[in-house]
Order: sequence, then structure tokens, then C-alpha cells
Amino acid sequence: MAEPKKTPLYDEHVKLGAKMIEFVGWWMPVQYTSIIEEHMKVRKEVGLFDVSHMGEIIVEGPDAFKFLQRLVTNDVGKAVGNRVVYSPMCYPDGGTVDDLLIYPQGENKYLLVVNAANTDKDYEWMKEQAAGMNVEIKNISPEVGQIAIQGPKALEVLQSITDVDLAPMKFYTWTHGKVAGIETLLISRTGYTGEDGFEVYVEASKTPEIWRKLLEVGKTAGIAPCGLGARDTLRFEASLPLYGHELSPTISPLEAGLDRFVALEKGDFIGREALLAQKQNPKRQLVGLEMIDRGIPRQDYPVTKGGKEIGQVTSGSYCAYANKNLANALVAYGSVNVGDEVEVVIRGKGNKAKVVPLPFYKRGK
Amino acid sequence: MKVPADLYYTKTHEWAKVEGNKARIGITDHAQEALGEIVFVELPQVGDELSAGDSLGAVESVKAASDVYTPVSGKVVAVNEALLSSPGDINADPYGKGWMVEIEMSNPSEVEKLLDAKAYEELLKEEA
Repeated sequence: MAEPKKTPLYDEHVKLGAKMIEFVGWWMPVQYTSIIEEHMKVRKEVGLFDVSHMGEIIVEGPDAFKFLQRLVTNDVGKAVGNRVVYSPMCYPDGGTVDDLLIYPQGENKYLLVVNAANTDKDYEWMKEQAAGMNVEIKNISPEVGQIAIQGPKALEVLQSITDVDLAPMKFYTWTHGKVAGIETLLISRTGYTGEDGFEVYVEASKTPEIWRKLLEVGKTAGIAPCGLGARDTLRFEASLPLYGHELSPTISPLEAGLDRFVALEKGDFIGREALLAQKQNPKRQLVGLEMIDRGIPRQDYPVTKGGKEIGQVTSGSYCAYANKNLANALVAYGSVNVGDEVEVVIRGKGNKAKVVPLPFYKRGK
Repeated sequence: MKVPADLYYTKTHEWAKVEGNKARIGITDHAQEALGEIVFVELPQVGDELSAGDSLGAVESVKAASDVYTPVSGKVVAVNEALLSSPGDINADPYGKGWMVEIEMSNPSEVEKLLDAKAYEELLKEEA
């Protein structure tokens, strides 16, 4: 195994006393103080995340739009101006290669942001799919740092050190601007926590300065650096999918409940036929579970109903804000309805849970 | 990292406090630190018969579930039920309020096979 890579903020994490772990080939902070405290900080105040491990890929050229429209499931026609578009990307059989964000960057140019674990795989996949098209694909991940500031006070904190007027920005839009006097690559009103917030993309070498400045000016708002642990529990509580859990080469975006990001009507794209067949004849669906008995559901635990296995848990955790043990489970289509009682098999024993609506958490307006 | 001198230890990071034919068992300071905040504890029933190396229950942090193995064989004579509602006691006080079970040993000579504090400290150094 190669030595894990370091993000531009590695030294900052060590200085802050973070517990560092290896995550998909990167040294990343899993927590600074406590996953639960950091989770609650983001729900109630504001948290700061290093997401520099995410992959950034540029697609540019006369065929860029045509290429992307065929590559991903959502309608890239929506990625215009300052709008950010989320989309799964599928194999021909409907299984998921990855899920990503698409930032239009002017004429014939797009920035794609992909999962760290998948950056190399995605890059190779894209190059294969680009055969015969007039498009250039560049993996610029090593040059880009990324900081996410998330929570109800994220706007207030970021506003204090940027020249951009943040309040009028709509969720899932982006803009150019300076933060802490540094020209960023872009500032985007997006996130992966279920809260309001922003993601700042900046040249790798300048990332630490912005990080330190945000921690400094955010002090009065109660800002806390947050690790991957809280990032995972926050996204899970807000029912945002995670590749490797809700999405995978064997789980399609339709099965994961992401129908609104699969534009079957947009024309041909990779996986369309398989996805259309799934839409007409669904086999599996993602449901929410809340434990009735004691116990924490975890990925791959079997889910049974009346003694018969109907599926497995894709993600499960204790959720600090909901203060419940919750799970997503991929189950046989139509096997359960909201309110039904099922069992999650934990260490060989069935534990009662009930089917609840998703998302578990939705922020107030 | 606290490693009290009067306890016995296992390679799987449990401790045992032996008094007569009884052993009180929990997980070590190192184990709780590695797991992070513990949010769930599963304990055996009083009266359960366990063999050394059997799972006696589990502790779970936000991130992970971890089995806890009994260092000695015998019958469970007490469980720390307070942990069910305050699992964080294991983080706060792993060798005190964080104890998990008491076992009446069926084969007290098993204690001789456990690590003493010095040997456990060596193990931690090797694993670091």
C-alpha cells in the first residue's frame, strides 16, 4: 500500500489535534473533539471541513456538452450560467460509476467534482467514453484545495471575509470571488450536511490561509473544525447518498431513490436503457428505518420481515440530532410500507425497527 | 494512556480485575480512545456461561461496532446496567464506572495466561 496522500491542510489538522485516519488513500481528520459535538455544531452553528481530497476534473472542448450529456444521467442542459447540477454517472447496466457535481465554466467548459475514492477510476472511465469526441479531459485534483463551511451561521462567517454578496446566492449556484483577500477558483452554495453552507475551491497552496482565517473570524459564531466522522453522520441524517453505500456498481440511482436526477426523457445516455427497464419494473428500493429495539444498524446487516430476508442496510448510525438509531436499507420493491415493522439482524439476532419516511432530517426554511 | 498495574489484560484490549474467584471485566483506556465516543453497549445476561475468548457483548462508537471478549471462563454474576443508558462512562472512566461484567471464574488458572500491565504496555508500543 502506498503512503496515504496529504491534503494541503494536513499540517493544520495535526496542529489542531485531530485524530487522523487513512481514508481512500488520504490522511484525513476523522474528528477533532467528538463526532457528536461536531455534528451538533453544524446543525446549530457552523462547522468547517477539509474536503480537499475530492477530485476535480475539467472537461473542455467543442463536444463537452454532448459528451457530458451522454456520460451522466441528469440533464446537463440545466448546467448553465452559475447553476450547479448534481448527477449520478452510470454504467450501461444502470449500476453507478460515481455521483458528481457539474459546474459550467463558460463556453464548452465544465468542472466536475467527484468522490475522492473514485477520482482515478472516473478519470479513466471518462477518457474511454470520450473516444472519437472533440473534448479534453484533465484531472486537476492535486492543484485544488476545497473547504466546506456548513451550518446556519456559515453565511455570516464567510460573509465577513469575502467581497461576494452571499445572501442573494441561491442554493446550488456558484460565483467567482475573493476570500480572505485570496482569489478563489469558485465559491459555491452547496454542501453535504443537510444545512445551508458554502464550498470554497481554491489553489492548493492557498488553502491553509483561508482555513485559518475562517477559524479565526468564526470564533464568535462558535465555529468548529469538523472531521469525516461528522461529515458522514450529517449526510446520513439528511439522507444524502454516499458512494459505496447507497450507490455502487451494483446499485442504480433509481434504486437509491434518486429519480429526479435521472433524466430519462433527455435523450440517449449511458445506462438509459437499463434504467428505463428498472423504472418500468423496479426490483429494489431504498427505505428509511428507525430502530425500535436497542442496537445500531450497520452496512450489510440483513433486514427481515416475518422471518424472510427482504434486503440489507446500506448505511446506519446513531444520529445525534435526531437522537435515534437510523438506517437506510435497500429492500425488495414493494416489500414494505412506511409504518411497517421489520427486523435488522445485528450479531445474529433480529432487532425490531420500523419503516419511516426519508429524509430523516430536513432543515427549516 | 492509563494502564493500571493491578489489572490483567488481553491482546484484544480487555482488562480483568481479579479478586478471589471473581473477575471484573471491561475495555482498556486504549480501546475506548481508539473507538471514540461510545454510544451503545450490549451486555450478556446474568447467569450466562462463557468460555475464555467468547464474545461477552459489544461496544459501539458512532463509527464502528466492536465485540468484547471475555478473558476468562465462567458464569456472569453481574452486569453494569448503568452503561445501557450512559455508555459514555466507558470513555470517561474505562477502569471504574465503565466496567462491563463480573464473572465467577470456573478455571481461575486462566488468569496466568493473561498479560500483566508491563506486557500490555509493550503490546501497545508494538501496535503504535
